[in-house]
Amino acid sequence: MGIGEAFTILISTIFVYNFVLSRFLGLCPYMGVSKDTSSAIGMGMAVIFVMTLASAVTWPVYRFLLAPSTSNLWYRLFGGSPADYDLTRVLRTISFILVIAALVQFVEMFIRKASPGLYRSLGIYLALITTNCAVLGVAVLNIDMFFQNAQPVPGSYLKSILQGFTAGVGFTLAMVLMSSIRERLEIADVPEPLRGIPIALIVASIMSMAFLGFAGLI
Amino acid sequence: MMEALLADNLLAVSTIVPAVIGLGGLGIVFGIVLAVASERLAVKVDARVKQVLDILPGINCGACGQPGCEGYADNVVAGKAAPTLCAPGGPEVAQKIAEVLGLAVEAGERLVAFCHCKGGKDSEWKYDYDGIPTCGAAALIAGGPIACNYGCIGFYDCIAACKYDAFLIAPNGMPVVNAEKCVACKACVNACPRGLFELVPISRKVHILCSNLDKGKAVKDVCQVGCIGCTRCVKKCDNGQISMKDGLAVIDYSKGEVNIEAVESCPVGVIHHYAYQDPITWQPPVKEALKGAAEPVQSA
Ligand code: SF4
Ligand code: SF4
Repeated sequence: MGIGEAFTILISTIFVYNFVLSRFLGLCPYMGVSKDTSSAIGMGMAVIFVMTLASAVTWPVYRFLLAPSTSNLWYRLFGGSPADYDLTRVLRTISFILVIAALVQFVEMFIRKASPGLYRSLGIYLALITTNCAVLGVAVLNIDMFFQNAQPVPGSYLKSILQGFTAGVGFTLAMVLMSSIRERLEIADVPEPLRGIPIALIVASIMSMAFLGFAGLI
Repeated sequence: MMEALLADNLLAVSTIVPAVIGLGGLGIVFGIVLAVASERLAVKVDARVKQVLDILPGINCGACGQPGCEGYADNVVAGKAAPTLCAPGGPEVAQKIAEVLGLAVEAGERLVAFCHCKGGKDSEWKYDYDGIPTCGAAALIAGGPIACNYGCIGFYDCIAACKYDAFLIAPNGMPVVNAEKCVACKACVNACPRGLFELVPISRKVHILCSNLDKGKAVKDVCQVGCIGCTRCVKKCDNGQISMKDGLAVIDYSKGEVNIEAVESCPVGVIHHYAYQDPITWQPPVKEALKGAAEPVQSA
């Protein structure tokens, strides 16, 4: 993976196809945890961490268990033709969910042991990430983008991990922008019926239109 | 026909078997890893932390100096904090915590917030302020729109911060703490950009209603009722309750109630005998109230 490709992934996941603002993934934490900037940053960090790890773990699961290719474990064990063992359709979503959930559990235990301070500030957000569709989204997108006919494109694994990381960064960017605006909205003179979530959704849509402006970049 | 249908719609056996084994296998592997991890990474918590946490009111107000009740519970059990610091819980909670930990507590007096300013509607304005209607925002612009750089700005950040609805507004527009509802959570102390609030023992009735640290002349220029630092009250005190600090009279509440001569000696009337049960009038009968000095005007 050259510098150019890495840069393309970076720009496209953070700005052009921002997970929250262009792909509309992970909207519940985006609305729920963006009331103040410090918790938005906490959530963002936790998501970056989990997305990167999830990309690193789901890639081999797909490559060696699900994809109908010659490196498929079942094909190696039982022979026949790789096409017989195409588990993508039936198992991809559920096995990725399983992987991510287990991963989050593990990370939670680990942080709790290793850094109680961090655990206390991330604790609840970490658990929330299990059900964050953006994490599942990045795992699935990695597969869609960096595999062709079930074969990894060159540098596929690294690209997946990088995309996991930058997707998290894009998510954090959106969260922090949103939380800053919402902190300001708290004291603004917003008409009564629009206070709270309604105005936040309007702001989100305007922000998402603004991010559309990046479309020409790639 | 039937067979063709089945073949079309059913997954091949070669799909089902790996699928079941694969997913089951993943599940088992992760299950084992997590089980081992939960053993290895188990964190031992002192059971008393949970007990103390159950006793605490759980409102995470921060009056104890910790960000939340959990932090305080940790510190108390670890012996890093006194059991009496939970203001909303009061003596009751302190007592219960002490029982759990086997400590003795000396109950302090209940505290309530008090606002050291008398300005209100009579204050003069430096400029017309038309920005975000909060004291915090207004205080940022040229020292605030109020002529007195120490006085109440009057957008009631304090009232907004109080979760206990413990405020009244005096006829002159000043926020007044209702001692019956105040739990001494310090939210208003932290919210007021002018730092006008202080927690005072509830039995104390005499207070100084000014926070202006400027010299007498400068105070007179901006406020008719501010402390000019003439030190008359200091001289009249019978027990050194009042002292001068940066040109402002301050009361040391631990030295007992201020005597009536000291209260009456103030030429600008900034020392008030303040009856909590009657904050709306703001003009409690000073003399009468203090004559029966031994019994406080009210006890909440
Ligand atoms: S926060 Fe301070 S300045 Fe604002 S209204 Fe309350 S006492 Fe006055
Ligand atoms: S915020 Fe309300 S309850 Fe808390 S100290 Fe101030 S007046 Fe008392």
